[in-house]
Amino acid sequence: MGYLASIGSYAIMIVEVFRKPTKWRIMKSLILKEIDELIYGSLGILIFISFFIGGVVAIQTALNITSELIPKNLVGFATRQSIILEFAPTFCSIIMAGKVGSYITSSIGTMRVTEQIDALEVMGVNALNYLVFPKIIALLLYPFIIAISMYVGIFGGWVAGVFGGFSTSADFIEGVQLDFIPFHVTYAFIKTLVFAFILATIPSFHGFYMKGGALEVGKAATTSFVWTSVVIIILNYILTQLLLG
Amino acid sequence: MIEVKNVHKSFGDAYILKGISTVFDKGKTNLVIGQSGSGKTVLIKCLLGLFSPDKGSISHDGKIYSQLSPKEQRNLRQDMGMVFQGSALFDSMTVEGNVMFPLEMFTKQSQSEMRDRADFVLKRVNLDDAHKKYPSEISGGMQKRVAIARAIVMNPKYLFCDEPNSGLDPRTAIIIDNLIQEITKEYDITTVVNTHDMNSVMEIGEKIVFLKNGIKEWEGTKDEIFKTDNEAVTNFVYSSELFKKVRQMYIEERN
Repeated sequence: MGYLASIGSYAIMIVEVFRKPTKWRIMKSLILKEIDELIYGSLGILIFISFFIGGVVAIQTALNITSELIPKNLVGFATRQSIILEFAPTFCSIIMAGKVGSYITSSIGTMRVTEQIDALEVMGVNALNYLVFPKIIALLLYPFIIAISMYVGIFGGWVAGVFGGFSTSADFIEGVQLDFIPFHVTYAFIKTLVFAFILATIPSFHGFYMKGGALEVGKAATTSFVWTSVVIIILNYILTQLLLG
Repeated sequence: MIEVKNVHKSFGDAYILKGISTVFDKGKTNLVIGQSGSGKTVLIKCLLGLFSPDKGSISHDGKIYSQLSPKEQRNLRQDMGMVFQGSALFDSMTVEGNVMFPLEMFTKQSQSEMRDRADFVLKRVNLDDAHKKYPSEISGGMQKRVAIARAIVMNPKYLFCDEPNSGLDPRTAIIIDNLIQEITKEYDITTVVNTHDMNSVMEIGEKIVFLKNGIKEWEGTKDEIFKTDNEAVTNFVYSSELFKKVRQMYIEERN
């Protein structure tokens, strides 16, 4: 019953976010601030993780090729498929649920605890539109950092494969180009956009409707990370079934 | 003037307000006093329109809030200023940004006009050297002044203050109390202050409403509070030896 009530409250929140918009002059600067915080601020950690995960995927694949009958270009092929289909869109989103999601929940939750949200509402400002809408718009740029993550992940695989002596550069590049299906990239970006919406709204929900003090802000951030991850994993399954199944 | 008629409010099984009726006059500093949990904050949030009463009505100069359209409610909200217990300043904005915020949201003024207005109200609250500082860089008393400046920047008709001097030293608390009273007179607004600070009662209480367990137990002026025999009021107001002596001296002086 509690879960159903939460789903209902979340749906009402989404409707409220798009009602009674804030002046464009103010909204514009809020969106730019959120792009800086949520997108640009996450670039470094995603590049770092993507590079090394790409490398690990290449090494693991190479170490598991024991039969001479399996072509060596499989290292590049497996790295590309793993990175584009799953690692970049899904696992980066779970990492983002930790980084960006906790930030969103704790910043909005702190505003709730310190009555800043009450102050907005007293003034007649639609607090949900003011706080959540810029985050949704900023995260529309999320596919751009996922594209960078894909590139860096495959590059990391190439570096680990070639300089670790697991593959030749030619074999790896041949594998990366082998049987390339452009729709896989489209599929990854569709998933990314859906996850971006989840990343902006579920942590906002947990921050906006939290009750209590500083301790509860921490608890809300943890709960929001858990639920954002769970919803991403479930939607990942549903979208994969719908788009590739 | 704000008229409260038989207001009831509950949250689940907890009945917070049980039939409150009173009038908060224009141009006066109206105080709502009572112990923690007596329903003061819920009452002020009902006056602000943040909570809807379960029963009864609240009218602001004849306009019954619950009967207004959402647009009319929003317009009425713009006539209200609120000073929160913890100031509730936006910590991502400077002092000037905080004061300019309502102007940016609801007026079409140019940046220089808004800056001039913010400068004017900050000077009015005796704060003219903190424009570029962030809330975390100023003292609690200064934060309260900024909150008052933000509350009056739109020339409100109603000013609400929720325990405006909590956490302040006695001297700063009196300065804030006097500032609220001066602004009430100067702008001829209806001011409602929630407090359990007896200094505020003695200093600025032109009309005092005493709540106990969600019921209006007593109302009167600061002169009347010295004379009242209401046990609940005297137990609350004169709980300290100092205030007992103050009351005794007042009565002797009057006699």
